[in-house]
Amino acid sequence: MLTLKKLSVSISNKTIIKDISLNFEKNKVYVLMGPNGCGKSTLALTLMGHPLYKIKSGTVYFDDKNITKLESDKRAGAGIFLSFQSPLSLSGVSVFSLLRTAIAGKKDPLALREEIEKIAKQLKIKKELLERSFNEGSSGGEKKKLELLQASILNPKFLMFDEIDTGVDVDALKTMAKFMEKNKKGKTYLIITHYNRILKYIRPDEVLVMMEGKIVKKGDYKLAEEIEKNGYQSI
Amino acid sequence: MAKQAKIDFDYKFGFSMPENNIYKAKKGLDKQIVEDISDLKKEPIWMKEFRLKAYESYKKRKIPKWGADLSKIDFDDIYYYIKPTEKQVNSWEDLPKEIKDTYDRIGVPEAEKNFLSGVSAQYESEVVYESINKELNKRGVIFCDMDTALRKYPKIVKEYFGTLISPYDNKFASLNSAVWSGGSFVYIPKGVKLPMPLQAYFRINAERFGQFERTLIIAEEGSFVHYIEGCTAPIYTTASLHAAVVEIFVKRGARVRYTTVQNWSHNIYNLVTKRSIVDENGIMEWVDCNIGSGVTMKYPAVILKGRKSHGEVLSIAYATKGQHQDAGAKMYHIGEETTSRIISKSISKEGGRTSYRGLVQVAPGAKKSKVYVSCDALIMDEQSRSDTYPYMRINEKNCEVQHEATVEKLGEEKLFYLMSRGINKAESETMLVNGFIEPVVKEIPLEYSIELNRLIRMEMSGSVG
Repeated sequence: MLTLKKLSVSISNKTIIKDISLNFEKNKVYVLMGPNGCGKSTLALTLMGHPLYKIKSGTVYFDDKNITKLESDKRAGAGIFLSFQSPLSLSGVSVFSLLRTAIAGKKDPLALREEIEKIAKQLKIKKELLERSFNEGSSGGEKKKLELLQASILNPKFLMFDEIDTGVDVDALKTMAKFMEKNKKGKTYLIITHYNRILKYIRPDEVLVMMEGKIVKKGDYKLAEEIEKNGYQSI
Repeated sequence: MAKQAKIDFDYKFGFSMPENNIYKAKKGLDKQIVEDISDLKKEPIWMKEFRLKAYESYKKRKIPKWGADLSKIDFDDIYYYIKPTEKQVNSWEDLPKEIKDTYDRIGVPEAEKNFLSGVSAQYESEVVYESINKELNKRGVIFCDMDTALRKYPKIVKEYFGTLISPYDNKFASLNSAVWSGGSFVYIPKGVKLPMPLQAYFRINAERFGQFERTLIIAEEGSFVHYIEGCTAPIYTTASLHAAVVEIFVKRGARVRYTTVQNWSHNIYNLVTKRSIVDENGIMEWVDCNIGSGVTMKYPAVILKGRKSHGEVLSIAYATKGQHQDAGAKMYHIGEETTSRIISKSISKEGGRTSYRGLVQVAPGAKKSKVYVSCDALIMDEQSRSDTYPYMRINEKNCEVQHEATVEKLGEEKLFYLMSRGINKAESETMLVNGFIEPVVKEIPLEYSIELNRLIRMEMSGSVG
């Protein structure tokens, strides 16, 4: 459903992603691992359409459509979602107003509100977090849960989770990972992580290892275990 | 201008109706015009003398060298007085059709039906339509235009008029004092707390016509009133001047809130002097939103005279291409244990310029006073500009002063975050800007805050400017 063909990406004239070709299929869970600075987040931000990341060459297809030059709001509309590594805070914007604007006209505001509250409950998100300024004064776990909440409401097809497991305590991780596992049907997950612990709850179909802007190895979940034990040096 | 019912739709927030005036002074100002204005209004002699004194002061005073650029105002190219209809009318049906059409467009009758306790709508220099709720009269509240007040309540007007802002205060206060016309007079008797806001709608509708309204509010002991001034104006080809004066007296334990949503068209110079004086335990709040006008210079002031009196200025300034909003606040702490809070939010876009200019003065003896100033500026792009001029004169050791200021560029990352949720760029900018001003907007009554948010949305989507 999402295909990269010979993709190279640069930021401030420095090439980060080098000639990557990948194909992500529906109903599959992918894990992307790799040392810090190897280009994992760059790949996610590029696929989401971040304006600072320039696609130097190559093409991105989503549902057989060329989306290489599409703006990020259009990509979101097509069904791509990114759970941010460090979600920003937005003063004066609540998660209610954000989602109401995002799906304006598609859902009745009252029904939307009920749905948000229902999912917040499942994710154990405190109700007051929904009303106040988005992420202001929230803990790491709360911020990541709000990313998941948005994913659930927006109902995309291709979901990227950039380090959703960092800065999160054990209980929150368990809640989130179980939620992700429960809702994965019909979707494609790309989980960017340094750790195995989230993979206890969601078994990946494929593990990709990235180093210096290239995919250097692919394997099943055992590859992730191996990396955790021996590090990237062994690859 | 032609007399057929032609409506000018060029202007986004308004429209210009053909003029149909009974009296129009010639352009420019001289002593004779000042006398004529007073004679036409059949004013008492003290007011005529007040006007003439003010006129002399106006002639002598120079245009301020600080603040925004006022060098392009051509004082000889302005009409200083226009009287639109013969006499005031009391019901909607009695209004001339053109004026009624104008009001229909800004929704005065609807607003009235919804929750106004009284409408005093100003059309050009005279209040022509006024409906005062019987309830107000019953409770002894006086809410009328300033000219009527001078006729019907000369004693009380004379006691207060021009005592807080003297006719010599500054050039534009002098000008207003010389040629003032219209504006509101509000008197709230002791202990009366009005649950609904009093509102006045203002419009300037004649090209090259300056509007010099004069407002006086007196809140007796323990009373409360919220007064709302909303402005929309049609567009013109040449610059117009709006020089208003607002004086407010807050007596012991009384509270007055004065809300302005200013949206003049961009060719207007909006130079307003606003001041209030507060007695013991009284509260004065200015909520001031400046979206329109080409140039604004406005610094609502609170003189905290009485012990434990409190003053607030919450303001929003928005400047886009060709606009300079030079706005702020003044707080004078005189009484002991007086407290004040200034919150200013400014946004500049497409070469617009905002300046926060504030003065906080704590006089010797204003012991245990507390001052809080917070000014935040949001700059939308590289061409735009924002400056902060916070003046503090603290002459009392035993007081607490807190000042915070931030300047923020509209972050690309925040924009990207919202867009990644499927929200388009203009809408995302709007959300961020409305979020930025939210702490002030939430203090404004709902209908106005909705209008304000809508205005910001229109500005952001690039349909204006």
